[in-house]
Amino acid sequence: MEYTFTQAEVQEIQKHVAKYPDRHSAIMPALWIAQEKFGWLSADAIKLVADTLDVPYARVYGVATFYTMYLKQDCPPNLIEVCTCFTCGECGGKERMAFLKDYLQTNEKGRSADGQFWIREAECLGACDTAPVGQISNRRFVHNLTDEKLRETIERLRRGEVLSFEAIPLNDQTPLG
Amino acid sequence: MKKYYLCGDQNTIFDNMENWRDYKKVLLPDIPGLHNIDVYERNGGYEALRDVFTSGKWDSKKVIDEVKAANIRGRGGAGFNAGLKWSFMPPKKDGLPRYLACNGDESEPGTCKDRRIFEYNPHLFIEGAIIACYAMEMDAAYVYIRGEYADWIDMMQAAVDQAYQRGFIGENILGSGRTIHMYVHKGAGAYICGEETSLMESLEGKRPYPRSKPPFPAQYGLWGKPTTINNIETLAHVPLVIKNGAKWWSSIGAPTHPGPFLYGISGHVNRPGVYEYPSGMLLTDLIYNVAGGIRNGKKLKAVVPGGSSVPILRADQLEGITMDADSLRTVGTFVGTAGMCILDEDTDIVKFLIRVSKFYDHESCGQCTPCREGTGWFVKILKRIDAGMGEMKDLDLLLELCDTMEGRTVCALADAAAWPVRNTVIRFRDEFEKKIKRSGVLINS
Repeated sequence: MEYTFTQAEVQEIQKHVAKYPDRHSAIMPALWIAQEKFGWLSADAIKLVADTLDVPYARVYGVATFYTMYLKQDCPPNLIEVCTCFTCGECGGKERMAFLKDYLQTNEKGRSADGQFWIREAECLGACDTAPVGQISNRRFVHNLTDEKLRETIERLRRGEVLSFEAIPLNDQTPLG
Repeated sequence: MKKYYLCGDQNTIFDNMENWRDYKKVLLPDIPGLHNIDVYERNGGYEALRDVFTSGKWDSKKVIDEVKAANIRGRGGAGFNAGLKWSFMPPKKDGLPRYLACNGDESEPGTCKDRRIFEYNPHLFIEGAIIACYAMEMDAAYVYIRGEYADWIDMMQAAVDQAYQRGFIGENILGSGRTIHMYVHKGAGAYICGEETSLMESLEGKRPYPRSKPPFPAQYGLWGKPTTINNIETLAHVPLVIKNGAKWWSSIGAPTHPGPFLYGISGHVNRPGVYEYPSGMLLTDLIYNVAGGIRNGKKLKAVVPGGSSVPILRADQLEGITMDADSLRTVGTFVGTAGMCILDEDTDIVKFLIRVSKFYDHESCGQCTPCREGTGWFVKILKRIDAGMGEMKDLDLLLELCDTMEGRTVCALADAAAWPVRNTVIRFRDEFEKKIKRSGVLINS
């Protein structure tokens, strides 16, 4: 696989560079662009970001390896993360995680045999009011998870559907106690 | 009896907290489509900003004084007077840029309030941030939002773009000659980035290791320039203060910790959610009335009132306690982010604490030894207690470990990891002892 950015992607990165007084600040946005393009951040992808921004490889590597959401290993089409931390852990997150492992028959690395799914336990995702929550491929949240909802989500992902944003209404209309 | 005031709009003032049901929301009001700038402007949005920039009535000192007088205590957890923080900025020097950092990292477990602001009322925050930049004579605001909120980052970016188009951000704002930019920065999943200096390191494109203080951000912040950092919700309060006055704002809720509050109520309740009410609400009102009580008719066991790091409360400690710093201090805990986790009688408190400790173990940046090693040992010792392999002296060992961590690191993550351990072990000691006694290993062999 050849690791290059298109003209448009380079321009996108330059737009990020222009936001900050120092081009090093664009490392994070550039890594996001690289991850979106290549699926995960291999050494070559990190090297490409470093060269594009003209900063040392070690600097970019240091940033990429610190953050959980930058994937340092090959990522299948669907990454499912279920929060098991704090509220979610007490409201069924751990059980949902166990269900996923069983349902997708994942190995000890959380990979399914068909190479389509990778499941991970997430730390707090910041949606404790709809616990337990999951996140699909670093983007869509799935709120108020049940086994049924997970099964349905997985089937939709298998069919290649794009999940839509699940809006949680601001106000509960039921009368206050 | 403590006298509380609360009010929904300028004309309504209630004289006691029992009327909390009549509170009219101002941070997240029930207005459909408020995230759209047209709707926001139709409902009085950007009036405060317009007033500050064009009326000539507001110089920077006046804005800071007003915010200071309102006593907006930072909503990110520390509860420091925002206006006072603003006044720490050194005098403006020509050619030396200054920055505002807006903390939308929101990664304290139990906290989910800023997400609602991004989704439902982003312009209120933008307006507040731009007024803050005006008051502190800043050149740009950097909005740091956790990477997990990818969808909400897009919403925020859309709102910023709208505000640029209307001339509320950008060059020569409303003809005032002031230029202020706003940039949204996407994080990538690290709890530590919610720490102020760590957030700055992250924005500078480094590994986010917290910095030693002093120098404080007001002297040496983003790219070494004077910087102030505020929580998203804190900044969202600013337009309300400017528009209705500090007196109005500080008359809402508890006198020493005033203002509207976003309570994130989660856990074993019938109706979890983010609720806007005045500060100083009774914990029992929030749990049994607002959140509809404990689900499945169970009994309450414990409450963590302000995010995972604040000390836990037993059900018997809640009587008469309100959600403000003074009242919570009497039971040895804090408001934190007002992200409350409610636990019912079936909760295994040892397992709960293991998961909380595992979180801090995962999120410790590894810079300071007491934190890097200590958080890992918490998990190991707690797991061994839970597995029936614990000894009584392990409980003392845990407390001793807390002593070696608290206040001995660059940032407060070690404290945040140690507080739940210390307080849970002390307040639920019988549950830990029960697991140890069952193991039969009472004496060190």
